[in-house]
Amino acid sequence: MIVIATPQRRRAMWPAARIVGAALVLIVALLALLGSVVVPGDPFAQSLVKALAGPDPAAPLGYDHLGRSIFHRLVDALWLSPVIALAAVATAGSAGLALGTLAAALGGWVERGLVILADALLALPGLLLVLIVLAMVPGTALGFWAGLSLVLWVEFFRLTRAATREVLASPAVQASRLLGFGPIYLFRAHIWPEIAPMMLTAAAFGTATAIMAIAALGFVHVGMRAPTPELGLMMVELLPYWREAPLALLSPVIATFALLLGLTLLAGSRKS
Amino acid sequence: MNAIVSRLVQAIMVAILIGTATFVMMRSLPGDAAWRIAAGRYGYDHVDAAAADAVRAELGLDGPALPALLQWLGDLARLDFGNSLVSGQPVMDEIAHQLGASLSLAVVAILLSLLIGPPLGILAGLRPGGVLDRMLLVASTGLKAVPQFLMALVLIVFIAVQMRWLPAAGHGEIRHFILPSLTLALGLAAVNARIARDAMARIADMPFWRFAQWKGLSESQTLFRHGLRNVSVPLITYLGLQFVTLVEGVIIVESVFGWPGIGHALVHAIFSRDVPMVQGTALVLGLGFVLVNATIDLAVRRIDPRVTA
Repeated sequence: MIVIATPQRRRAMWPAARIVGAALVLIVALLALLGSVVVPGDPFAQSLVKALAGPDPAAPLGYDHLGRSIFHRLVDALWLSPVIALAAVATAGSAGLALGTLAAALGGWVERGLVILADALLALPGLLLVLIVLAMVPGTALGFWAGLSLVLWVEFFRLTRAATREVLASPAVQASRLLGFGPIYLFRAHIWPEIAPMMLTAAAFGTATAIMAIAALGFVHVGMRAPTPELGLMMVELLPYWREAPLALLSPVIATFALLLGLTLLAGSRKS
Repeated sequence: MNAIVSRLVQAIMVAILIGTATFVMMRSLPGDAAWRIAAGRYGYDHVDAAAADAVRAELGLDGPALPALLQWLGDLARLDFGNSLVSGQPVMDEIAHQLGASLSLAVVAILLSLLIGPPLGILAGLRPGGVLDRMLLVASTGLKAVPQFLMALVLIVFIAVQMRWLPAAGHGEIRHFILPSLTLALGLAAVNARIARDAMARIADMPFWRFAQWKGLSESQTLFRHGLRNVSVPLITYLGLQFVTLVEGVIIVESVFGWPGIGHALVHAIFSRDVPMVQGTALVLGLGFVLVNATIDLAVRRIDPRVTA
């Protein structure tokens, strides 16, 4: 007799992991939203006397090399990249959803053209594309938004197209069509319920990718420019002072890791 | 055959996309592009208005955009990448020089990740739900959330700065390889290990595996005769997908560790708006990805004769 032992434990673990992920994201979001309300302060105010000083009531995480409050810079940075990331994910998600549905519904040359374009974009590393767009678009935040949208829509497009093709070929849709329902009803009643659960996963992954990209490019000095508080930029600025002020460097590192880990856990396992 | 044609179409599209993007970049640069290119060709001391005008006429920089774009893409099709605007050297020479450094780093990183990830994954997959399996799940989930630059930062701070075991940057000696390749390898291994684990658990559940054990093969014999080849198929397929991560990683890791490779060159070219270099490096990275995937398609077909579409 063959006894097939399926790994039940892992299946049951994901919801818990998702809750932990959501909690981590929530904590970081609360820090970003309420941080400057609880402890008012200016992320740009310098005071060289306090350079690399330890925490005090006005700056709960101490001061950086120019005597600026790390807490307030961190709060600002935790606004900046998630807002750009969410805007890019929203743009990419709606574009991918619309084009994916369109490609699957129309078929023919529209579909072939879009698939070729998506495949070509897929062959380009995302960071490369973002770098090229950043060099063309005036304004770093705008450039990040445009570049990341261009990178992220492909994933949404592929997911939507695959799911829509499957749904459109099903007997349920045939029946709906025979009853005379239009394309909008078909989308609402048949396609969207199929795609919706995948969207959360794709959106969480997309947000994590976008935040990573912004921080990574900031870290190598081609992203956000100097006085702007940004996660990657803060890390590279504080790296030389690791021995004098470890807490200063650790704050953005821990915040970034918590945010990315939270988003990854929230996304759950990617269905292939 | 079909797969090769579609990869070819993909490669051509990549070239057109990068060519068009860099063309737009060239047009949107502040200042006079003709002066910059002329300076790149003849050196800054030998540029005058006549030389700039000659370049302008040759490249159609003043004319309508479409003919100029076609001219630009025509140069690309003839594999004429032009000269770097910064060093004045032909782009091809510069890239040929940098590609070696990047390739050696990438190969070492892949080998290192294959040494770390799949063995752990296979061991975990043989005992799904065991202690190792659960530890691996936690470790790989955590590692996946660490972007490469953060990994680089952590390794530099602890191994190079705190312990002073290895140099934080440099190139040329074996010890310079360790930190950059480990940075890349840990990220790759986090994914590798999960894929090997899932494939192993799936295969160890199949009837042929039970049969092999039932007919008297030991566990290691079953693994080596029937397991490894099956596990290698998804692993190699994912290696192709991981190449994107690797290229992105190479861009970041080379910049962080000062590795004189193509990713470092790309970041510098973007920084100084050296459009021909951006085009050249971006093309090599994009086409390299398509080439690797085409190779992997063929390799998978070789290992797994069931794939024949």
